[in-house]
Amino acid sequence: MVKVLIWGSLRSATEGQTEVEVDASNFKELLDQLATLYPGLKPQIERGVSLALDGKIYREAWFAEIGPDSEVVLMPYMTGG
Amino acid sequence: MALDSEKKQVFKVVGTRPARPDGIDKVTGRAMYGADATAPGMLVGRILRSPHAHAIIRSIDTSAAEALKGVKAVVTSADFGAPEDESIRDVQDNCMARGKALYHGHAVAAVAANSAVVASQALKLIKVDYQILPHVTDVDEAMRPGAPVVQADRAFENVAAGFSENVTSQCEFGHGDLEAGFAKADKVIERSFTTAATHQGYIEPHACLASMTPDGKGDLWCCTQGQFHVRTVCAEIMGMDASQLRVTASEIGGGFGGKTTVFIEPVALALSRKSGRPVKIVMTRDEVFKATGPTVSSSMDVKIGMTKDGRITAAQARLRYQAGAFPSETVTYGAQSAFAAYDLKAVETIGWNVLTNRPKEAAYRAPGAPMAIYAVESVVDELCQELSLDPLDVRLKNAADKGTKSSYGPTFEAIGLRATLEAAKAHPHYTAPLGVNQGRGLSCGFWFNFGGNTCVSLNINTDGTVGITEGNPDIGGSRASISQMAAEELGIPYEKVRTIIADTNSLGYNDVTDGSRVTFSVGLATIEAARNAIKVMCGRVAKIWGIDEDAVIWEDGCAKPSGPNAGSFDPMSIEEIAAISANTGGPIAGHFEVNADGAGVSFGVHLADVEVDPETGATKVVRYTVFQDAGKAVHPDYVEGQMQGGAVQGIGWALNEEYIYGKNGLLQNPGFLDYRIPVASDLPDIETVILEIPNPGHPYGVRGVGETPIVPPLAALSNAVSRAIGRRMFELPMSPPKLLKAMSQKR
Amino acid sequence: MKNLHISTTVNGDQTEFVCAPDETLLDVLRNRLGLTGAKEGCGTGDCGACSVTLNGRLVCACLVLGAEADGAEIGTVEGLATGDHLHPLQSNFIEHAALQCGVCTPGILVAAKALLEKNPNPTDTEIRYWLAGNLCRCTGYDKIIKAVQIAAAEMRNA
Repeated sequence: MVKVLIWGSLRSATEGQTEVEVDASNFKELLDQLATLYPGLKPQIERGVSLALDGKIYREAWFAEIGPDSEVVLMPYMTGG
Repeated sequence: MALDSEKKQVFKVVGTRPARPDGIDKVTGRAMYGADATAPGMLVGRILRSPHAHAIIRSIDTSAAEALKGVKAVVTSADFGAPEDESIRDVQDNCMARGKALYHGHAVAAVAANSAVVASQALKLIKVDYQILPHVTDVDEAMRPGAPVVQADRAFENVAAGFSENVTSQCEFGHGDLEAGFAKADKVIERSFTTAATHQGYIEPHACLASMTPDGKGDLWCCTQGQFHVRTVCAEIMGMDASQLRVTASEIGGGFGGKTTVFIEPVALALSRKSGRPVKIVMTRDEVFKATGPTVSSSMDVKIGMTKDGRITAAQARLRYQAGAFPSETVTYGAQSAFAAYDLKAVETIGWNVLTNRPKEAAYRAPGAPMAIYAVESVVDELCQELSLDPLDVRLKNAADKGTKSSYGPTFEAIGLRATLEAAKAHPHYTAPLGVNQGRGLSCGFWFNFGGNTCVSLNINTDGTVGITEGNPDIGGSRASISQMAAEELGIPYEKVRTIIADTNSLGYNDVTDGSRVTFSVGLATIEAARNAIKVMCGRVAKIWGIDEDAVIWEDGCAKPSGPNAGSFDPMSIEEIAAISANTGGPIAGHFEVNADGAGVSFGVHLADVEVDPETGATKVVRYTVFQDAGKAVHPDYVEGQMQGGAVQGIGWALNEEYIYGKNGLLQNPGFLDYRIPVASDLPDIETVILEIPNPGHPYGVRGVGETPIVPPLAALSNAVSRAIGRRMFELPMSPPKLLKAMSQKR
Repeated sequence: MKNLHISTTVNGDQTEFVCAPDETLLDVLRNRLGLTGAKEGCGTGDCGACSVTLNGRLVCACLVLGAEADGAEIGTVEGLATGDHLHPLQSNFIEHAALQCGVCTPGILVAAKALLEKNPNPTDTEIRYWLAGNLCRCTGYDKIIKAVQIAAAEMRNA
């Protein structure tokens, strides 16, 4: 199981938790698990999310590997100027 | 090979300052920009725009315009379909109003004619029946229940109750116990701020030349930060296959984020399809101001608690951004970056995006960050004043560092903030004496930086020189820095490499030139493409020598035996290997495709000295120094250029630039005379100090540098002005009338 | 309105064109003579991207009528270099990174050349005020001022 930190405005979809646990070994599995366990997260996942893995931000990489001790933070998908 | 498996520390070409390959074309007038292209039989396209801030379009009668001699096509929203993708539909609706004009200057119809004169006459013959609606252009007013609704049913599921329908999204970030944090503070300051919408202000107006043929093929020449994105959007709007629309990026006369989307390209394509002729559209400056760009305007509250010795105990921000008539996520970037420079136990940021009757916001250099960080850095400065603390010491005391849990969630890897602050403290500017009516301000700045989808193709020519094909328009000298990185990796002189920017048929998909991504991502892909080409060359030489491929190494532009055990052979240069490539297996190339991650965040610190004229309220910037972490500066002149250019855009934002709307909802200042960007005589030299804290995610340690420099000037200037006049400023821009008023209130 | 027939000199070459009475010199240069070095950044004389010289005087080509070129001498960025030999301003702008996107560069070069003809040894402040009518959004002007100074020194020593 990996712990996933979500951002505050998604708490309404996770029964008020800012940290949820899912069984996932990569970004894709994590997103699928989150959408299954917390259907309220689905609209945001479809709009786009990034993943910070041990401090490094992955914007789209499904197969970014997640270790059991990885720090996993969900972030909105972002662009620049 | 992992992307970051081989790190380089010692450089021969990277870090030098060679001449840019586009230099001579640009100083002789030969460079071809958006408006400089022509095509046989070309027509002139012009766009009719809404004179109202908010109005239902009951009908459009184009018959008289169509009947005018020389008019070859007229289009309205009826000529466009309804793309399924919501964001692309928004882009289309912004290019051509559907049902409702949402802001002053919103396109409602367009014509193509055989001359500019006829096209202008035709626009006057188009009859639009408008039903004028109440409008709203102010962010706080637009949020209130009962405000005129710009677009209904656009709010995300997460917006709290109690707002008008204009509030389309809400976001919240942070961690820790705020209440406990504020309780520990010796001083808590809470302030409200506003910033005006500013335009990217590129000197080249949007321009494109579209050519559609009856068999469904299209060619588009345009000034853009991303030809592949233009293709995606336009192909979807036009119902075309991507393969049939070839988009070529012209030289780009400035973008700063404002050319990451489309405004006129689908209109030109539709006019070309309808008329059967090539159509060129060039925006006027008035159109650029009314219908493209600007960044968000904001209304913000920031509350920070600090102990007597300068430790921040808790921090909170509320951000309300209006991004014009369409939903936007820019506020989330502001909310995440607001407190990025600080190591905080308790922090919370909440942001809302709000619809108004203003043009659809476009990205502008570090979108969303400058205003949020302005508000935060202003309150930090006021706390320093109140508690008689040195503002640099306070930043150093609270600075985020490697291992800090950032205000937006992840734990930082190696970052350069502390080094940047220390460089500022050690710099003579920080302790230089100030004159009468002068003040000194400072601010930290931050931007995430991004990587993204990138393709590079690197060909070894038969004479051993190198051609690179990449897909990102060069907005700051990237052709030079990419050639440098290829030369570095291949061990050949910079002059032997030429980098060009491909059209959309010549490479795979490349993300837009944005997010300070190009030197990082395209550089990374170039280095990997070069490594792939080296692998091919070493393989060829191994066959010639009859030894294992592993026994051949690449050094200084030559294949060499890896050691005495590999045998004794004279090195073979890239020229020798290339010359016999036909004999050894054919042309030699390397290519690399990646969706790059690991861009590495970038921090900067700016020091500003200003002098405020007590008679006129005019602010003169008398000294300015930029400190920034570049990871590794590939071409230091161009890194400095980004730091200086970004700083000056921020200075304009702080002192003069603003979108001014009248009570009638109409833009009052759509021109460079009344929307005043900084000119040479407004400014001092902009001193630069480049720090190099290598980014672990890049083989050479490169970090993006383009966006961060626009972030600190807003607060650096506001803090300097506030200290100079002895009164805290809470509003940007700090134009002379506002400063005069503030100074008179003091007396 | 009938088109007018105009005889003029552009960058030293005898040139003839026809233009509408209300057509700007900038449109003539760009659309009729193929000299697209001068850029239209605003069309209202605020940005200086279309700076050219008219009988030696620095003007915004967007504020001059094509018809006013009759019998006059026009100088544009295309006339700065001599053959394959760049003007010192041109070479120093490249050498000292005084351009990024380059769209303001033709106007700034023409304006700077006009300054150095009047004042071969300007102060930084004089350069900054002379170029105040030429907007640049990329560079923050710092490297432009330095490149003009270096070019001026080079020209004084030539």
